[in-house]
Amino acid sequence: MSYVERHAYDVVVVGAGGAGLRAAIEAREQGLRTAVICKSLFGKAHTVMAEGGIAASMGNVNSGDNWQVHFRDTMRGGKFLNHWRMAELHAKEAPDRVWELETWGALFDRTPDGKISQRNFGGHEYPRLAHVGDRTGLELIRTLQQKVVSLQQEDFADSGDYESRLKVFQECTVTRILKSPDGAVAGVFGYVRESGRLFVIDAPAVVLATGGIGKSFKVTSNSWEYTGDGHALALLAGAPLINMEFIQFHPTGMVWPPSVKGILVTESVRGDGGVLRNSEGKRFMFGYVPDVFKEKYAQTEEEADGWYTDPDHHRRPPELLPRDEVARAINSEVKAGRGSPHGGVFLDVSTRMTPEEITRRLPSMHHQFKELADVDITAEAMEVGPTCHYMMGGVAVDPDTAAAAGVPGLFAAGEVAGGMHGSNRLGGNSLSDLLVFGRRAGLYAAQYATGLGDARPVADDEQIDRAAAEALRPFGAAEAAAGGSGTDAGGPSGSAGEAAPAVPVENPYTLHQELQQVMNDLVGIIRRAPEMEQALDRLAVLRERAERAGVEGHRQFNPGWHLAIDLRNMLLVSECVARAALERTESRGGHTRDDHPDMDRTWRKVNLVCELSDAAGGAVDLHRRPTAAIRPDLLDLFERDELLKYLTDEELDA
Amino acid sequence: MSAYTARFRVWRGDAEGGGLKDYDVEVNDGEVVLDIIHRLQATQATDLAVRWNCKAGKCGSCSAEINGRPRLMCMTRMSVFTRDETITVTPLRAFPVVRDLVTDVSFNYAKAREIPAFVPPKGVAAGEYRMAQVDVERSQEFRKCIECFLCQDTCHVVRDHEENKGAFAGPRFLMRVAELDMHPLDAAAADGGPTRAESAQDDHGLGYCNITKCCTEVCPEHIHITDNALIPLKERAVDRKYDPLVWLGSKIRRRGQ
Repeated sequence: MSYVERHAYDVVVVGAGGAGLRAAIEAREQGLRTAVICKSLFGKAHTVMAEGGIAASMGNVNSGDNWQVHFRDTMRGGKFLNHWRMAELHAKEAPDRVWELETWGALFDRTPDGKISQRNFGGHEYPRLAHVGDRTGLELIRTLQQKVVSLQQEDFADSGDYESRLKVFQECTVTRILKSPDGAVAGVFGYVRESGRLFVIDAPAVVLATGGIGKSFKVTSNSWEYTGDGHALALLAGAPLINMEFIQFHPTGMVWPPSVKGILVTESVRGDGGVLRNSEGKRFMFGYVPDVFKEKYAQTEEEADGWYTDPDHHRRPPELLPRDEVARAINSEVKAGRGSPHGGVFLDVSTRMTPEEITRRLPSMHHQFKELADVDITAEAMEVGPTCHYMMGGVAVDPDTAAAAGVPGLFAAGEVAGGMHGSNRLGGNSLSDLLVFGRRAGLYAAQYATGLGDARPVADDEQIDRAAAEALRPFGAAEAAAGGSGTDAGGPSGSAGEAAPAVPVENPYTLHQELQQVMNDLVGIIRRAPEMEQALDRLAVLRERAERAGVEGHRQFNPGWHLAIDLRNMLLVSECVARAALERTESRGGHTRDDHPDMDRTWRKVNLVCELSDAAGGAVDLHRRPTAAIRPDLLDLFERDELLKYLTDEELDA
Repeated sequence: MSAYTARFRVWRGDAEGGGLKDYDVEVNDGEVVLDIIHRLQATQATDLAVRWNCKAGKCGSCSAEINGRPRLMCMTRMSVFTRDETITVTPLRAFPVVRDLVTDVSFNYAKAREIPAFVPPKGVAAGEYRMAQVDVERSQEFRKCIECFLCQDTCHVVRDHEENKGAFAGPRFLMRVAELDMHPLDAAAADGGPTRAESAQDDHGLGYCNITKCCTEVCPEHIHITDNALIPLKERAVDRKYDPLVWLGSKIRRRGQ
């Protein structure tokens, strides 16, 4: 058996972003020994990139807000494909999760009467987003991080050991979920990035909170960590993924300079008054309001401008349509030759707010453009275009407990879980999702682990050996190509290489770039059947080449090796995206088909489910599953006329 | 502007030792130092170790010393250098090297744990917190910190004085104390315990700081660490220590417990 470090915990959380940390805090507060594993340093999670705010119907700015209105907005934003129960729980619990952060030290911006201020955002009927300037995600992560530390301080006072009940394994990557012979979760297998050492954590409950998949795309707002790890780990463990065709392209990413292409420009810019113009200076969004939203958005610039100060008597500006609509509109303008010099459109706040107001309300945007693009947003317009931002699809979970379907002991929360946002997520609903379902996942993982008593599932050694061989294969590939001349791969199990391939070693960076190009060009914001078929062919070739990805050097902090391992995940997830996108012959939310441009009510009744035909990593199997019928009292929150746009007549009359 | 070839010198090695290695590498319009490091990884040195995440100056992962100055690689544009300049990239000097540009920053996490957490006010339920914007803004400035640890790296108290690390929390964590000190609702001293400012002085080495402002100069978030956090904290610590009335009051209150 390979040499691996061995630890034991009650609950393991994979990922230390908003969902992971909230899950870990909950599991620890339930009294369970909890481990958090994250690929980066503690506190660097991608959540820090979230800018706009946390959606919660506290009603601090407009007392008309309540959970029912938030629920309605969420379902509309997701074009009714959301799992209604998740949307309901989310809308009901979000305010408590935000207020709880204050008791842990968070400092949100305030209203004049001292409450948490709330700002407008696309698709939200009322000002709803609790925020801290435009760095809300950082505040969320820092608050959760400091809560973790405070729990560790309590444990230190009790036991003299900060890590006796809650330990963060930072800069570690999980490569496999381990299971017992009867299919229950038994722990995780991974490696320490710094040393390259392999480890196993035995644990009966595992919470996946790994975030998204954006690094499969060339233009993305996501960091290197977003390689679809949790999605792939769940698939490989036998859990199904749903809604994988729905990817949110955020309408406003930076387009210049090339090296920062894709980096996010927060939606708050539009929420606070920023407008979109094309090269002719026209506010083009008025021409892109779809029928389903016609009554809710302003028809003229005068009406739109009046909304910022008097929202009760004006309809909102079309710049604040849900993100999928705005992204498609920008795409069309650029295609029609009305784009900006670097292939985007203009987003302007400089003519609409004073410089002081801009630097106060949008400090990090001001900083980001100044430092990275040499653009002063108080004086000139930004150039922006769509960027791959958020994965709506993910692990199929029980809405109440966040338990993954079909794999006892596996839970998922946040971006890696599917269903909550349907076909399109509203801005601000991500941070609240992390907190609501992170807490639920931690709670139910703790309950599950407690319920097992001493009867904990155990993974057999053979499974661990296989995971070790898989993790070390990239070194084997390099060795084999070098004539098997036994370069030390840096550890006692360094010679896990398999039979020598007769073909050359592949550079993982090259494979990654090719994958990103394929997904960007062929399964991107606007999709066509022949292109997706071509993408599937190319992904199959890439998958085969990725088996030969090899690296030089040794196991200590070797990024080439890390990428070679991450490629497995990105390729698996990309195949799910392409297969599901090809199957769904309609356009809805984050899935736009050039060859099927309309939304089709019969497709609302269908979730596309991806599973692996065998756990060794076989083909992706796609099938259809009916969506859960929406509870009647929740349907009653909508007018029948509106429902008819989404639900079939039979559903409504049932 | 067009592509050109730049001369880079990057420190390669590990805890055992290492040295500067020369690379000639392509540079394109609008790129930052981190782009060039990534190009080296993809083309000439697949195992070059470097930390990074957001590439937008928001996560504070890609800290290094560029031509000797602590900086974020993602926020250092190549256009600030001349084309014939050799650009030297080395790991943060105040922390032990793990490999190449990656250092062991666990010192910072250990210090973070030594700062007692926010103490919520008794009798104020969640949802009932009321604070004025003007009062939260002081602490909010410090909460902009992205924990890049450049201030910790540059602070001369520890940069060349390993022996001071035990007693000195460093600017980032003294600023954390200031943040809690200025939090309108923090109740740490509510039951007569030491104030945050006193504990900064007594437990976290505030006295080592002689306000040379090196930390403020390297802060990529432009936080006024010295002027807004450290100096006010020093003033409050001193006020309480040397004001006989405050001193007496605190003794009497504590005795009454």
